[in-house]
Amino acid sequence: MRPVLDALAAAWHHPQGRIGAFILLIVAVTAIVGPWLLPDPLSQPDILIGSTPPGLGHPFGTDQLNRDILSRVVTGARVSLGVALLAVALSMTLGAAVGLVSGYLGGVVDAVLMRLVDGALAIPRLFILLLVLAVWERVPVLALILLIGATGWFATSRIVRAEVLRLREEAYVRAAEALGARRRRIIFRHLLPNVVGPLLVTATLAVGDVILLEAGLSFLGLGIQPPMPSWGGMILESKEVLVSAPWAGIFPGLAIVITVLSANLFGDALRDAVDPRSA
Amino acid sequence: MSRVLEVRDLRVSFPGPDHRRFYPVDGVTFSLERGKTMALVGESGSGKSLTSLALLQLVPSPGRIETGSVIRMGETDVLALRGEALRRIRGRRVGVIFQDPMTSLNPVFTVGDQIIEGILAHFKMPRATARERALHLLQEVGIPDPSGRLKAYPHQLSGGMRQRVMIAIALSAEPEILVADEPTTALDVTVQAQILEVLDRLQESRGMAVLLITHDLGIVAGRADRVAVMYAGQIVEEAPTARLFANPSHPYTQGLFASVPRIKGPLRRLNPIGGSIPAPTAWPSGCRFRPRCPKAFDKSELEPPLLMVEPDHQMRCWLAEEPQRSSHAVNEAIG
Repeated sequence: MRPVLDALAAAWHHPQGRIGAFILLIVAVTAIVGPWLLPDPLSQPDILIGSTPPGLGHPFGTDQLNRDILSRVVTGARVSLGVALLAVALSMTLGAAVGLVSGYLGGVVDAVLMRLVDGALAIPRLFILLLVLAVWERVPVLALILLIGATGWFATSRIVRAEVLRLREEAYVRAAEALGARRRRIIFRHLLPNVVGPLLVTATLAVGDVILLEAGLSFLGLGIQPPMPSWGGMILESKEVLVSAPWAGIFPGLAIVITVLSANLFGDALRDAVDPRSA
Repeated sequence: MSRVLEVRDLRVSFPGPDHRRFYPVDGVTFSLERGKTMALVGESGSGKSLTSLALLQLVPSPGRIETGSVIRMGETDVLALRGEALRRIRGRRVGVIFQDPMTSLNPVFTVGDQIIEGILAHFKMPRATARERALHLLQEVGIPDPSGRLKAYPHQLSGGMRQRVMIAIALSAEPEILVADEPTTALDVTVQAQILEVLDRLQESRGMAVLLITHDLGIVAGRADRVAVMYAGQIVEEAPTARLFANPSHPYTQGLFASVPRIKGPLRRLNPIGGSIPAPTAWPSGCRFRPRCPKAFDKSELEPPLLMVEPDHQMRCWLAEEPQRSSHAVNEAIG
């Protein structure tokens, strides 16, 4: 795990990496701890009043159902980050597995897997997701995570494969083969640890993408279902009160922008650390 | 005298320009007796390393071993092996020491892990027992403080120590054949001697056959039982070491000797071979050494077979048919 720690340390020394990491940490801590400290995001103290502007009681104001927007944004962070992390973890696992097998075994296996990936890359991800998610009347969160994860590994597998093609020619891989090491062992012990760096970069950047994707799906009503708060869903609901209560849409929107931006800042810094050539 | 390795008509090809395949190893034949050392000598690009990789079917893709090639280890037809059967002979029948100990060890695992990996790839035993064995191997290759070194990472060791570790790894499954591919090229001269001494000692104690691949005639003398000189993918001269050193007959071999400075004897200008080895995509027709050969004559335009120079001494040069011209040439070369 040394290369990973080195990369993280290098990214931390990068100014924009540090800013990104810092904000991400705040968002993550808020997402974990926040919901316990804030009022219930579903409570509607006085539904007849409707939305109130930001003020002392509700720093971000309330939405048209008089729910506290701050606690909804914070709980939404938990949902959005949770979905994003799980989906990205799934994508990275699939991408790494396919890339390692394809790159190391080569030949027919490689050709078949990579043509499938080519095909999958030719179809827009959003299109596949809309098509499948439309099956449900209320999309289950688990289905959302699995589908986003299952459609996000294609490019990753290509990156891993390219890395494996290079590593396969390394002297220590050849030495391990000459020693009679089993394939499984070469893949897991000699190749996998060396692709963790690029994988980490891809994952960090993918988190930003997936947060946007989930927000987009929720905005279309095909993601997280109300009353569970999600940033995209909140923006969807705020549409009706866009003029009278703009804060209902601005705060979740800001949350999306800030989180995605800091994930990308950190991801870019990490990439510079792992691969100085792309700087 | 039993043969542990027999290589016959080994050809390795790679796809080249214009859909034509080219042959960096082109018809190599030799054999290795139990407990003996055979040296494969040649310049970079002569195909000697590729020959050693082919022994374990480790030719990098897109290269392939041509049909018609034969590699036998005892009763085993190596080229017929695939998958698990092939894996079982790698490391077990043949251990390989690669040239560069800096890159042949995986930087992220300890030395102990990598030796244990080699043991467990071939023997079923508890990890603790494998560890004991690893410790013993490190002792055998002369590493001080072996139990401490077991936990060291490759970057914490010197070049010489790393090469000792490589030897320990190559020996971990107790192979009967050891392929040493330029084992000392990447090392300091003083360390070279130590590593060679370790190799000699282990060969003696284990009765291994050694295929020593080198470009250094100095380490061949007094170590190898037989020498095969490779040029442009072929063996151009082969003989017992003493005979070859006493009577180097192929103009290329003579050129190699003339390129090495001598400590004894009259002071003489070094006489390196002009030019460099042609690329395998553009091997000359006829004798492949012809463009660089000071003694090329009309017949060199035909490809020479291996011809007898004296008993148990062959070369791929038409001069073998013309003792007059040949001995004249030798005198000229040796001075």
